[in-house]
Amino acid sequence: MTTDVIMAGFGGQGILMIGNLLSIAAMEEGRHVTYFPAYGVEMRGGTANCTVVLSDEEIGSPVVGRPRACVVMNGPSLDRYLPAIREGGDLVINRSLVDPAKVGRKDLRLLAIPANDIAREVVGSQQLASMVALGAYVQRTGAVRMQTLFDCLPKVISKKYEKFIPLNVNALKEGESFARNHA
Amino acid sequence: MNVAARVEQRVFMKGNEAICVGAIAAGCRFYYGYPITPQNDIPEYMSAHLPTIGGTFLQAESEVATINFILGTSASGKRVMTSSSGPGISLMQEGLSYMAGSELPAVVVNISRSGPGLGGIAPSQGDYFQAVKCGGHGGYRMPVLAPHSVQEMYSLAMLAFDLADKYRNPAMILGDAIVGQMKEPFTQTPYVPTVSQEKPWALTGCAGRPRQHVKSLYLKDNAIEVHNWKLHRKYLKMQEEEVRYEDYHLDGAKIAVVAFGTAARVSKTAIQWARREGIAAGMLRPITLFPFPGAQLEEIAKRVDVLLVIEMNTGQMLEDVKASTTFHDKIRFLGKPCAMPTPEEIHGELRKLAGRGR
Repeated sequence: MTTDVIMAGFGGQGILMIGNLLSIAAMEEGRHVTYFPAYGVEMRGGTANCTVVLSDEEIGSPVVGRPRACVVMNGPSLDRYLPAIREGGDLVINRSLVDPAKVGRKDLRLLAIPANDIAREVVGSQQLASMVALGAYVQRTGAVRMQTLFDCLPKVISKKYEKFIPLNVNALKEGESFARNHA
Repeated sequence: MNVAARVEQRVFMKGNEAICVGAIAAGCRFYYGYPITPQNDIPEYMSAHLPTIGGTFLQAESEVATINFILGTSASGKRVMTSSSGPGISLMQEGLSYMAGSELPAVVVNISRSGPGLGGIAPSQGDYFQAVKCGGHGGYRMPVLAPHSVQEMYSLAMLAFDLADKYRNPAMILGDAIVGQMKEPFTQTPYVPTVSQEKPWALTGCAGRPRQHVKSLYLKDNAIEVHNWKLHRKYLKMQEEEVRYEDYHLDGAKIAVVAFGTAARVSKTAIQWARREGIAAGMLRPITLFPFPGAQLEEIAKRVDVLLVIEMNTGQMLEDVKASTTFHDKIRFLGKPCAMPTPEEIHGELRKLAGRGR
């Protein structure tokens, strides 16, 4: 199986971190994976995005013109990536910042999750909105096992912040549970 | 080896970082450079790691200074590396010429960006001519390696050091922002030297032995002519012994893509899609751009209907393809100057060439 996802949002929302986590989880499951981040001036310009390709076979392109899925954390990213998503693809939007009415396309499997609100009110930290969205994406697509994500958190969170690992696990679980209840 | 053990050894890293891991594995303990996007991960990694293993990291005041530091360290017999991107590599051309003339080995990495001029930071293969034909004065050559994966960023870094020492000549790794910035798992295969690292010519202090010198200036009689022929024989030997390429599904192919680096990597997906539709597509991927796999290209040109050259520029390797074969009517070109080709557009091109419509 091959799948791919573009994750996009503001710099600082943790887009590259969730892309890394998903990639490392796929590697731990013995699969092929590529991760390609926006780099250079784009990071300072306010938007961040990354492309992750997961496959059981050797991966050709790390660049994807028409992604099978998108995780969109802010408004400008929806404008940019909505037309690109493949017909019938998965779209996870952060409803706290992105208006679902703007999606328009009826062919997509849309999941509108209030990621900021869940992160702030349920998990206890708005910084974990992307982690909530990742949990929802993984529940919906089965890209990797949820447990692998939990197990790989220490590989993307530096020693200095390891006390926040349980909070990240909670964020992933909240996203997972929202997606399960809105299948 | 079981699957679990193999998975265990895989490391998830950026291409730029994998070059550093390969260089250090090959015994490089000296790195000098000056910052420029999109290769800053290389000096960042080297500055963090070299001092912890007894090595030296130095940020020079410019790329001109950098390449001359490299020249000096190389003359002392040490394995040394620098990296930069387009504009910085331009500034190093004079030094590279002096190193070729002085027969000094070093590894120079160009994670190229868009040009000409300051251009931009978008991925590009616009430095093919500069790398392959050599931008400095005097007419010299150097091995140019074109990785298309993080695994190759690692393994070709090790090879580059061996080639540099084997020929006493600078060797270049020509990458771009995509292979530099992407992360993927790679296996840290051990470094197995293919050349002796004995350097009796190195300037190490002459106590107990006759004095020796390293130079590129030859004024006496016909010394410079003799020197030029000597260098020329070295370049011929590179062409005889160092051609490396990947044959990707060329057996029975009617359309042969010819692409290197990122353009080749992206083409692989398009070729997979085309083959699933019964289109007989394959690819010749030069791993060495100099020496260019010209003989292999001519063999393939005889067998296929179309040679589709794909580059992230307006047609540079295309000239080497044309020089390698007389079947010019079979050559088509897809250029994406300073832009990432997508598998979708390459696939569309393959469909068109196979008469399938878009």
